[in-house]
Amino acid sequence: MKLTFTIQGGDFTHAGHPSSEVKKILKQLAIDGKTIKNIVIALYEAEVNVVAHAWKGTVNVEIDENKITIWVIDEGPGIPDVELAMQPGFSTASSKVREMGFGAGMGLPNIKKNTDKLQIETEVGKGTKVKMVNYFS
Amino acid sequence: MKVSELVEKLDLKVYSGQKGLDREITGGYVSDLLSDVMGNAQEGQLWITLQVHQNVIAIASLKDMAAVILVNNLEPQENTISHSNDENVPVLGTSLPTFEIAGKLFQILNS
Ligand SMILES: Nc1ncnc2c1ncn2[C@@H]1O[C@H](COP(=O)(O)OP(=O)(O)OP(=O)(O)O)[C@@H](O)[C@H]1O
Ligand SMILES: [Mg+2]
Repeated sequence: MKLTFTIQGGDFTHAGHPSSEVKKILKQLAIDGKTIKNIVIALYEAEVNVVAHAWKGTVNVEIDENKITIWVIDEGPGIPDVELAMQPGFSTASSKVREMGFGAGMGLPNIKKNTDKLQIETEVGKGTKVKMVNYFS
Repeated sequence: MKVSELVEKLDLKVYSGQKGLDREITGGYVSDLLSDVMGNAQEGQLWITLQVHQNVIAIASLKDMAAVILVNNLEPQENTISHSNDENVPVLGTSLPTFEIAGKLFQILNS
């Protein structure tokens, strides 16, 4: 099964929509609750990173018998130092974004913690591709 | 304990999401950092916060939290209310600051 969603940079009102749809589908497929929770956390954080840090993006979801693969691909500023960005607490979020309670620098660490495989490809000035895989137990 | 019972005990205001009032409360989580809640809150918990925008509902719903309590008489934004009604996540309010409402909740849930 394949799904696609689009994300608009700066549009916090729709943040969480892809996560919510994916959660519903995984529930219908009777995937176990713990695995769904992990996937929802990771996808939400990746989505919000596009909204908070990039210009626009796409979420591609592929659900197989034994795993889910999610690509969150954006056009945006890219990440100059991925290792640094992965550190808990590192954030370049604007003050507006911080006021909303985002920008704690916990998103990427949350994604790492809640996925079985994580791959980040990024090019400064162009954009970022986040690939996440979770296996169904 | 159900959300509705807690509303009565703590004299909380119910702004929206009334259909979720019979949700069962398993505990509480206090944070104004959304990624902290996303990463660490648990299903069934009551979320105490001063954030009033609608992303709070998106997160509470994704995490299957019982309800949200806004502190210090803060009121939810309009789209927070509509989103809360769509998702059946109650948005509650108190005049108390975070420390006090969290203390009361802790006492009630652990007695
Ligand atoms: N898609 C992206 N495009 C550009 N930069 C990004 C992207 N995702 C993350 N970053 C960079 O990595 C930093 C760390 O990201 P992370 O998600 O951990 O924290 P945050 O988004 O700043 O705050 P939080 O996720 O806690 O709300 C960001 O502040 C930003 O500089
Ligand atoms: Mg983030």
